[in-house]
Amino acid sequence: MVDLSVDIAGLKLKNPIMPASGTFSEELAEVFDLDCLGAHVTKTITRGLRDGNPTPRVCEVGGSMLNSIGIPSKGVGAFLDKVVPFYRAYETPLVVSISGNTADEFARLCSEVTVEGVAAIEVNISCPNIEEDGKAFAIRPSSTYDVMRKLRAATHLPLWAKLTPNTGETPEVARAAQEGGADALVVANTLLAMAINIRTRRPKLGNLMGGLSGPSLKPIALRMAYQCAKSTTIPVIGCGGISTAEDVIEFLIAGATAVQVGTATFINPTAMVTVIAELERYLQREKLSSVRELIGTLIDGEQKEGVVFMEAAP
Amino acid sequence: MTSVLTRAAPAIGGRAQPVVFERDLGVLANDPVNGEYMRLVLAAPRDMLDLCRAGQFFNLLCPVLGGETPYLRRPMSIYGFYPERGELHFLYKVAGAGTRALAKLRAGDTLNVMGPLGQGFRIDDDWQRLVLVARGVGLATLAPLALEANRLGRHLTAICSARHPDLLMSIDYFRDLGAEIVPVTDADGTSSLEHLEGLIEERIAGPGIDAFYTCGSNRLLTLLQRIGKRHGIPGEIALEQQMACGLGMCHCCVRPFRKGDKTVQLRVCREGPVFDIQEAMPW
Repeated sequence: MVDLSVDIAGLKLKNPIMPASGTFSEELAEVFDLDCLGAHVTKTITRGLRDGNPTPRVCEVGGSMLNSIGIPSKGVGAFLDKVVPFYRAYETPLVVSISGNTADEFARLCSEVTVEGVAAIEVNISCPNIEEDGKAFAIRPSSTYDVMRKLRAATHLPLWAKLTPNTGETPEVARAAQEGGADALVVANTLLAMAINIRTRRPKLGNLMGGLSGPSLKPIALRMAYQCAKSTTIPVIGCGGISTAEDVIEFLIAGATAVQVGTATFINPTAMVTVIAELERYLQREKLSSVRELIGTLIDGEQKEGVVFMEAAP
Repeated sequence: MTSVLTRAAPAIGGRAQPVVFERDLGVLANDPVNGEYMRLVLAAPRDMLDLCRAGQFFNLLCPVLGGETPYLRRPMSIYGFYPERGELHFLYKVAGAGTRALAKLRAGDTLNVMGPLGQGFRIDDDWQRLVLVARGVGLATLAPLALEANRLGRHLTAICSARHPDLLMSIDYFRDLGAEIVPVTDADGTSSLEHLEGLIEERIAGPGIDAFYTCGSNRLLTLLQRIGKRHGIPGEIALEQQMACGLGMCHCCVRPFRKGDKTVQLRVCREGPVFDIQEAMPW
């Protein structure tokens, strides 16, 4: 019997597999028993109502996808009344993803979702779709630190900061998040991208630009997860293009403690269930008693010293 | 008996129970129907088919075949479902990478499907005389309605529109299920809105119409909304939108609907794909 459990800043997960925010909701319970997952992560909400972006909100690009959903939200009241109670029926811990247009609004929502039944709060300081051509808190260390300080003061629950790949300062932003009070880092969100229909010469997304997710994002997210694990002392949760147990193992070796599976669930709704089973088989085959034995075991020798400077391809 | 064509997830111990299947199904046939359409016949388990309702859809994992590399699943409405013979049918037009790959499937291959998904057509107890109006492949979306009407013993009139009589879809399908067929075509000039309106008004004045069903066409939608309002006849429309997850998680497939004096965004995959005809908004 192998031990799949991991610990994220004091929160024990029965396995390191959880959904990525925005690719998971109550509806998935119609496909499989959600209690098999390490954690439940809800779609990002904002305090107030949001309609989201114009359609088309999705298109595919060479074995991956772009989306510009725009965080439609029914607001915090509906979330606390309907969504949080749904997950109380499960043993799996609930992680609530939140976002805000200003640090104060964000912090207020952080306080409002600090309720019974919520085990941790994922603060989406990285969503590239919402403000100023995709600029987000987690693009710069200073704005990351400032918003994390306010969020930290708003809750006693563990805070997971979801970082963005749309930055050239990954290690600095990761450290700023830790210094600002993050208990863990989710690395990372989607990468700002676009696609054009050459026949109509129009953007394929109604919002012009959107976030890239799926297998083509994986090497980028893996590089960032590695950098974040090296430059901070808090757990890293890998996220980006993960669809197989092999992908998971790669992230764990790079230094992630757990992972989130996102777009893969759209292709195979039971992807997370399969990944958990395959991960368990891999550990048995490799005669490893715990999945934790994989974490941060990359043989990176002297090269690791350069990690902070490696924002440009060598 | 009211036909409750929506899916209620039974809750046991406060938790939703799995009611959506994700399965590899065997391909029994995949053949051209006329110059433009293909019919795919899959061998499906009884428990999956028993859950299917007219108007619902499946999200198909199109194969990577013949140089096509579709990535996201493709939503496709159910064309026919036959629990007694273990068959699930789809009708499609080859249009993009997904359907080009689908068209390469041969008997003996497998196709991964997820479903049944979404809300199907509603047929109330007192809706005895049903009228569907559709054009082209839209007739395929409405075809299972004929199955359901037949099972419930309701009278169905199918007003089938096409450019040319050769392109009239699913006429035999409707006829075999006891539907009355009214073909209208561009070629003989009978498919104009004025002519359709006249046809429908005659029926309302004669035997009467209890409900309308349509899909796919803005012109038909606005026509049926107008007639429906004038006579207080309810109706439903099956709508499409680009989707990703098909389950309601991603919020990619929203469309605007009128609810009272407000406009709301609803998910085609979840709150639909069948909607109240008066709430639908022309596009």
